[in-house]
Amino acid sequence: MGKSLRVAYGEALRELGAKNDKVVVMDADLAHATMTATFAEEHKDRFFNFGIAEANMVCAAAGFAHTGYIPFVSTFALFGAGRAFEQIRNSVSYVNANVKFGLSHSGLCVGEDGGSHQSIEDIALMRELPGMTILVPCDPIETKKAVMAAAEIDGPVYIRVARPIVEDITTEETPFIPGKANVMKEGKDVCIMATGLMISEALQAAELLEKEGISAGVINFHTIKPIDEACILDMAKKYKAIVTAEEHSIIGGLGSAVAEVLAGKSNVKFERVGIMDKFGKSGKPTDLFKEYGLTAENIVQKSKELL
Amino acid sequence: MDEMNLTAKAQQIRADIIKMLYTCQSGHPGGSLSCVEMLMALYYRVAKVDPQNPQMEDRDRIVLSKGHACPALYAVLADKGYFPKEDLWNLRQIDSHLQGHPDMRKTPGVDVNTGSLGQGVSIAMGMALAAKHKKADYKVYAIVGDGEVQEGLVWEAAMAAAHYKLDNFVVMLDHNGLQIDGSNESVMSLGDVVDKFRAFGFECYKVDGHDLAAIEYALRAPVSGKPKFICCETHKGHGVSFMSDQAGWHGKAPNKEEYELAMKQLGGIN
Repeated sequence: MGKSLRVAYGEALRELGAKNDKVVVMDADLAHATMTATFAEEHKDRFFNFGIAEANMVCAAAGFAHTGYIPFVSTFALFGAGRAFEQIRNSVSYVNANVKFGLSHSGLCVGEDGGSHQSIEDIALMRELPGMTILVPCDPIETKKAVMAAAEIDGPVYIRVARPIVEDITTEETPFIPGKANVMKEGKDVCIMATGLMISEALQAAELLEKEGISAGVINFHTIKPIDEACILDMAKKYKAIVTAEEHSIIGGLGSAVAEVLAGKSNVKFERVGIMDKFGKSGKPTDLFKEYGLTAENIVQKSKELL
Repeated sequence: MDEMNLTAKAQQIRADIIKMLYTCQSGHPGGSLSCVEMLMALYYRVAKVDPQNPQMEDRDRIVLSKGHACPALYAVLADKGYFPKEDLWNLRQIDSHLQGHPDMRKTPGVDVNTGSLGQGVSIAMGMALAAKHKKADYKVYAIVGDGEVQEGLVWEAAMAAAHYKLDNFVVMLDHNGLQIDGSNESVMSLGDVVDKFRAFGFECYKVDGHDLAAIEYALRAPVSGKPKFICCETHKGHGVSFMSDQAGWHGKAPNKEEYELAMKQLGGIN
């Protein structure tokens, strides 16, 4: 079957809206791309379009939060986290306003739209903000759980919503506790710490490694902030090597977060898979993932280099 | 409070501002002195606020979007009894609840954090829209600086305010004509700023920004179905001869001689 995460996001908002009348949703002329339109169809009086004016949308959301609402703000990741960064910083994060960002079309998977629309730095930007929770769901089930969890958190939350249609990897029963990484597969030699769309690549990589006699574990970091330090340090003791994998710049994302935990505390061998400090470009997402090394094969290669 | 008392009150607020900035040796005197009557018209005459209950659900919200003028806001809040007046002399110090720019989490009576220009007016617009959605009848007032309206965000907020027909939203412009690098005209002309707000869908008024009665009249003028804009013509540094209409007094504190002269001109009430 499979489902786009943005579709799952819209459905989750609709469901949340039915349960909680404090939830309002805002968009910047992309309701049919971010799929907030799904919420708007059912809760028309709680949907606000601000036109193509992201900075104003973010500040308006802060105004709603100050009035007791729980606003979910959506647009493309680049124009929310990027263009409106300083509004998120000063009007939301600085005052711990209860605003949620469900920003879609993150990473290279925007594909054909090209580098101008591919947000490869949003996690880095959001990680800088004290009090910001960062959730990166890997499948439709996790996307819904992320939306529901965000509504329960008192303070700003960033949810990174990818565009492609993906199969469910997790199940309804899989725990989703913000700040607590999930072990998807146990192993002995290399631990692959992945997030978002790279979870499926990590699982494939583990299979490929097993065929070559290398035992690989896979951890799902659905939360980048607060990062699960205990899990990282535990894995650093259990495994000979750690490889991180993310659809984001290697600067400032999951790989950086893991490296910051390991620095000074562990001598485990360590490597990052991610976008190597360069911009994206147009192309089919699968072609881009190959060219930029966001593949199971690259994870396998990096793992073998370390062992 | 009658007009005579309010005039004396304005002098006292100005003296408090000067003393605050002299005491901490930093801050923004020019734009603080220019918006005193604008704040007073709200806090002493028009706005529904309760110093004993700063978080009152249906209070009017007052957002000093030109957050650097907060010494004026703090002096008014202290005078209204939101916090003890002695706190003013601890402005900008490490243990003070009076930050260099307004902080809603620290200072009783501050409704919104401001300081990054353009954001306050946009948040205020969001609060007004939220009030409409809640069917609450309070108003939201945003005081903006004239340099501030060079920020694109102000116009994004203005467009949305008209789109959502926010007749509970009032933008008050402290139009003293000066900004850090010089006059608005020389730095980045605002053109006819009243015409611009009118074109954006606001009901517009232009008043003497040091005439409390005139500001009050414009604030009370009824509007329906559209937001209100009040252009308050003011003088930067108003009340202190050597600061008046001087861009150089945007962001510096007076020295001892300047402080004493300013206090003398302001009647030395403190």
